Amino acid sequence: MEEYNSTKYKWRIRKSNIAVMFAVLSALLVLIPLFLILFYTVQQGISSINWDFFTQMPKPVGETGGGMANALVGSAILVLLGSALGIPVGVMSGIYLSEESDSFLPKSIRFLVEVLNGTPSIVIGIVAYITFVVPMKSFSALSGGIALGIIMIPLITRTTEEMVRLVPSTVREASFGLGIPKWKTTLHVILPAAMKGMLTGIILSIARAAGETAPLLFTALGNRFWSTNLDQPIASITVFIYDYAKAPFDDWNRQAWAASLVLIVFVTTLNVIFKIISRKRK
Amino acid sequence: MNSLTKTETIEKTTKPELKEKMSVKYLCAYFGDVQALSTVSMSIYKKRVLAIIGPSGCGKSTFIRCLNRMHEVVGGEYVGEIKLDDVDIKKFNSVILRRKVGMVFQKPNPFPTMSVFDNVVAGLKLNGFRNKSKLKEIAEDCLKKVALWDEVKDSLNKAGTSLSGGQQQRLCIARTIAVEPEVILMDEPASALDPISTAKIEELIFDLRKNYTIVIVTHNMQQAARVSDFTAFLYMGKLVEYNKTKKLFISPTEKRTEDYIAGRFG
Ligand SMILES: Nc1ncnc2c1ncn2[C@@H]1O[C@H](COP(=O)(O)OP(=O)(O)OP(=O)(O)O)[C@@H](O)[C@H]1O
Ligand SMILES: [Mg+2]
Repeated sequence: MEEYNSTKYKWRIRKSNIAVMFAVLSALLVLIPLFLILFYTVQQGISSINWDFFTQMPKPVGETGGGMANALVGSAILVLLGSALGIPVGVMSGIYLSEESDSFLPKSIRFLVEVLNGTPSIVIGIVAYITFVVPMKSFSALSGGIALGIIMIPLITRTTEEMVRLVPSTVREASFGLGIPKWKTTLHVILPAAMKGMLTGIILSIARAAGETAPLLFTALGNRFWSTNLDQPIASITVFIYDYAKAPFDDWNRQAWAASLVLIVFVTTLNVIFKIISRKRK
Repeated sequence: MNSLTKTETIEKTTKPELKEKMSVKYLCAYFGDVQALSTVSMSIYKKRVLAIIGPSGCGKSTFIRCLNRMHEVVGGEYVGEIKLDDVDIKKFNSVILRRKVGMVFQKPNPFPTMSVFDNVVAGLKLNGFRNKSKLKEIAEDCLKKVALWDEVKDSLNKAGTSLSGGQQQRLCIARTIAVEPEVILMDEPASALDPISTAKIEELIFDLRKNYTIVIVTHNMQQAARVSDFTAFLYMGKLVEYNKTKKLFISPTEKRTEDYIAGRFG
């Protein structure tokens, strides 16, 4: 019992308290920028958010009001295009990597995926520009979608591989033991078991793609007019924010804030929807 | 090699209906450079229970996993000859072989995303069998055979993983017999279970033996003595003794068998 009153023990308690304090402080420090972002976007942007903002086209320079209907639709199209490329390629390569672990080909693919994941998105934009925009002689929604898809691929590949690996090998063996062929085992037994984790990866990659600006500047470019043509330049929320934030008009700046708010709410909603889905499946 | 002569003596002394279902000759199994089994030979008789006993690491799991070519799933290899109904199992497509030689694992491993019902019929459904009413019939039949029906008949749509450990293991056995294998391999099927669940599994093995050939790995001598007709004692990758269970437990011919059974090592 004596020990607990010794100065040594008290000193240890004090050290522990100090460590806890630093941990809590760091956690708070992380939250500060988040709150600042939320605070400013709401404060600056909320006044511009109204029905028109979602349904109207941008007004010509000098007129106030107007909206970003074309950017909303454009972003949706770009993210859909990106998903159409990124999800199948990412999921399939993730499955491949999880099934084949030790030979040369999967090892080198895994390494390349890592490299791709670390490649700055602006570089991916430039590559898309050279390989698609220059030969097609036009900025286009398609090239923007491809750039976003390339950004999504490594994220989805990695989470898919990890999640498929997390499925216990006993489950796979149980399936083989029933005389179920390998491809059916993967498709009907392993994938459903890994689905939840894979969905997280897919949703996070969609959120990431929806927030990208740099690669779109070289590919989709932006468009002040209504367009859903895949071979034409197309508007997007992020490029809208980029253009409007640096414009010398207060009204445009406010709309940039408002668009940021919309983007944040969209990404947060994706996360909340995902949380609800995954809780229900339990 | 003396194991072969032993097998012959058994054939002479047992009832005429004793038929060889599987035969293993000079089986050597490897994990890369590690040899797990060396020249193991034995017969596995139709509609009898064969118990495999031996200390941890002696190659029991490796042995039965060779019988349905599960050994190759983890990258293992074997030389020697294993036959099912006089046909080399290497001649079978591994998928077809495993439908004939089913397996129950040490830890219950129901499919995590499937309901109790879907677990039972998974093997049939995933192999393209779609007749709903027939599936229901089969599920009920199999669950009754493993004495699980009364416990789960009102919760067939619950997740398979929501059952107790013992129930899960019986579910896994039901799942295995649903694809109508001819041989069932069991790797310590009761080692993760409480005594009551264990007793139920043992009873079940006793019933299953009327229709199936069973090979069971166990650490539990009493269990081997209770459920099996034949027993094989493996030690350090070699077959030390193979005989009728009664004979092996009452008057083993090998000193090492006697020591192991008496609990002097292992
Ligand atoms: N995946 C593997 N890779 C390499 N060696 C292995 C592997 N699995 C088993 N072994 C080795 O093969 C030998 C036999 O293993 P096995 O699992 O068949 O033993 P066992 O009799 O089933 O033991 P236990 O009673 O503990 O389950 C052991 O020496 C083990 O170290
Ligand atoms: Mg084992």
